[in-house]
Amino acid sequence: MAPATPVLEATGIVKDFLGVRALKEVDFRLFPGEVHALMGENGAGKSTLIKVLTGVHAADGGEIRLQGTPVRFTGPLHARAHGVSTVYQEVNLCPSLSIAENVLLGREPRRFGAIRWKELRRRATELLARLDIDVDVRVELGSQPLAVQQMVAIARAIDVDARVLILDEPTSSLDREEVDRLFAVLDRLRGDGVAVLFVSHFLEQIYEISDRVTVLRDGGLIGEYATAELPRRDLVARMLGQEPGDLEAEQHRTSRAQDDQNDQAPFVTARGVGRKGAIAPFDLDLTPGRVTGLAGLLGSGRSESARLLAGADRADQGQLTVDGAPVTLRGPRAAIARSIAYLSENRKADGLIPDLTVTENIVLALQAAQGWARPLSARRTDELVTRWMTALDIRPRDPSLPVRNLSGGNQQKVLLARWLLTEPRLLILDEPTRGIDIGAKAQILRLISGLADDGLAVLFVSAELEEVLRLSDTVAVLRDRELVAALPGGAALTVERLMEVIATGENATGEIAPGEVTTGEPV
Amino acid sequence: MSAPLTSLRLAARHRRGYIPVASTAVLFLALLAAGNSRYYGFLEGQVLLNLLINNAGLLVLAVGMTFVILTGGIDLSVGAVAALSTMMVAWMVERAGVPPLLAIVLALAVGAGLGRLMGHMVHDFGVQPFIATLAGMFLARGLCFLISTESISITDPLFATAAQTRIPLPSGTFISISVVIALVIVAVAFGVLHYTRFGRGVYAVGDNPQSAELMALPVRRTILAAYTISGLCSALGGVLFTFYTQSGYSLNLLGTELDTIAAVVIGGTVLTGGAGYVLGTVLGVCVLGVIQTIITFEGTLSSWWTKIVTGALLLAFVLLQRVLTARRTSAGS
Repeated sequence: MAPATPVLEATGIVKDFLGVRALKEVDFRLFPGEVHALMGENGAGKSTLIKVLTGVHAADGGEIRLQGTPVRFTGPLHARAHGVSTVYQEVNLCPSLSIAENVLLGREPRRFGAIRWKELRRRATELLARLDIDVDVRVELGSQPLAVQQMVAIARAIDVDARVLILDEPTSSLDREEVDRLFAVLDRLRGDGVAVLFVSHFLEQIYEISDRVTVLRDGGLIGEYATAELPRRDLVARMLGQEPGDLEAEQHRTSRAQDDQNDQAPFVTARGVGRKGAIAPFDLDLTPGRVTGLAGLLGSGRSESARLLAGADRADQGQLTVDGAPVTLRGPRAAIARSIAYLSENRKADGLIPDLTVTENIVLALQAAQGWARPLSARRTDELVTRWMTALDIRPRDPSLPVRNLSGGNQQKVLLARWLLTEPRLLILDEPTRGIDIGAKAQILRLISGLADDGLAVLFVSAELEEVLRLSDTVAVLRDRELVAALPGGAALTVERLMEVIATGENATGEIAPGEVTTGEPV
Repeated sequence: MSAPLTSLRLAARHRRGYIPVASTAVLFLALLAAGNSRYYGFLEGQVLLNLLINNAGLLVLAVGMTFVILTGGIDLSVGAVAALSTMMVAWMVERAGVPPLLAIVLALAVGAGLGRLMGHMVHDFGVQPFIATLAGMFLARGLCFLISTESISITDPLFATAAQTRIPLPSGTFISISVVIALVIVAVAFGVLHYTRFGRGVYAVGDNPQSAELMALPVRRTILAAYTISGLCSALGGVLFTFYTQSGYSLNLLGTELDTIAAVVIGGTVLTGGAGYVLGTVLGVCVLGVIQTIITFEGTLSSWWTKIVTGALLLAFVLLQRVLTARRTSAGS
């Protein structure tokens, strides 16, 4: 189906960032009239490839041809002048300017050099109407929801006579209906002979819209396929570089851990702990060697309860007991002093210092705990860092890299290493797998499971029920800022059952009612 | 509700950028009202026009500064570049016998050139605008002393004419040539900022430089132009100052850069860039002028009170900006 000449062709593209090879001789072809999906996990090099194709980054090797002629774009301006238009992953617009301006900035209709505002607004309205977006284009862009901003970015990209339209994860902030609208537009563009390069994490969408797919892994090209001829399983396997079966092999850890740890006393007990406006009083036991999962919808009080237990917020009622002694956690420092480590859901803002090296980030908490007056010796630092980088499989295995150069999953592992170094007895993890690709996710889940087997008490918060189920010995279900049930994990507990409890709040089979929640007992 | 009120509400909701400017306008009117209630003859036409006559030079500097601050930068060199321009004009006209108009043109060219140089430092070498223009400030001030350490008084009739010509307005009031020049500059700046691609680019670059780059806007050209305009305006401000004082002196206009920044910020331009209006800057200059006038009318107050009040206002406006930005951030997420 592909015509003879690709509209855009890249051969042998190489790109290095501070000594890390982000792209290893990648070839890529894009034909007119196709929607081409670029697939790969985080850190596979998708975004880098796109930035090289559009001239944001200069390639360190290789050649790019536009309709057969070699080109070297100096920047998006240059690329766009040649009909290569891009919508980047983050919405890259100007929030304090109006919607109309954002659509047409740099291409405003003019008469005698003066911008014609009426015409500008009319054209912007028209372009947005093509995407079925009906807004007052005079309003400030920043006042609009992200989905509208995303559509504005797309409207901006398709306004120029684009021969190539590159969309880097355009659908991550759109709901189903908006995705349908976008796909209708892409369909039309495809009919007009535009080549669309489409990046998305959603497999469904790839199969729905794309004609062909190119898979990258670890900066290298894995292959180029016709989407219809590539079963999903194979696609996933190629992205991950392993058989899909590996992922499923992760058993409920319950079956292994349950037998021997029944009689352990809880490390942290919460009795009637709550905070007005955040979470109703709840009881919870966190026992060494066990994973307690917190499940619930967004806004159900998952993170809020985790924050109370971590001392990040102060409980205004109830009693917390750590190791048998009643305590009041006045702040995260107090929690840390009692061997409670907390990884917040916002790893960028709350934890990692992107410009410091992996080593520095890892030893930060340990150094703080033992006081800055007594620096860790270089040898001990090396030893610890090497040990944990190996144990957690942090890649690339180079402790002197700035953390910002690592992928999301590896950043998360660095954070995990930092806290594990302080030898906590309770590990509170709020969405540790969010924004991490599938492979790293499985790895982190395995790690957590292993840590619990080694006798750590773990509180695991995740929006993904599958994960909670797979990992937890007990699942505490939250609903409308209230802990409604604690269900024993294990094969009997299914996603459907969990969803039912989340949806109805009812504990139909009457396993354990809230109030007498205990997590340390076998079923 | 009536239609105008609704549209006003819409404007308030969607263009928060208007709020600081509106506050400045209200403040300006309140100051006028306060002055009027306290002093006889405060609201006389000529008193108001004197605001412009006394601050024409500052107004021109502030217009240039507005461009730079809108791009998210700052220009500390404006006072020094203006002083350099007074020295160059005075020296060329008095000591080198250069025709006055040519001298003025040369001074403007040097100002623009210095501005462009700072633009290169900021964009091409990634030097912080604060540092780049601080260097420019020292350079320009140093060049002043290189020309002469003494004050050079200008005897050329053109300058005397420029200083003394009164352009009559109705009911016996008048303005100076400097005011006309300053107002023309304001009008041109307004047109450029609101009706040219370059002008909108200035806003875009200040709003989000990465986005501007990815939106394929000519970021480099925009930044260079903004600093060039500021340099040009500084030099022109200096020329207007020579009309006012009929001399050039190395220590002229010390600290003027700070008054200029204060005027722009009080006029509602956000220090982080991307939002503001040149007409707000005019209001900002007027507010500073009215404070000065009130303190003059008061008679017993030391002129340092101007600085104290300016400082307080500046703080208030920066806080207002913070609040507005914070609200936007929370609304966006």
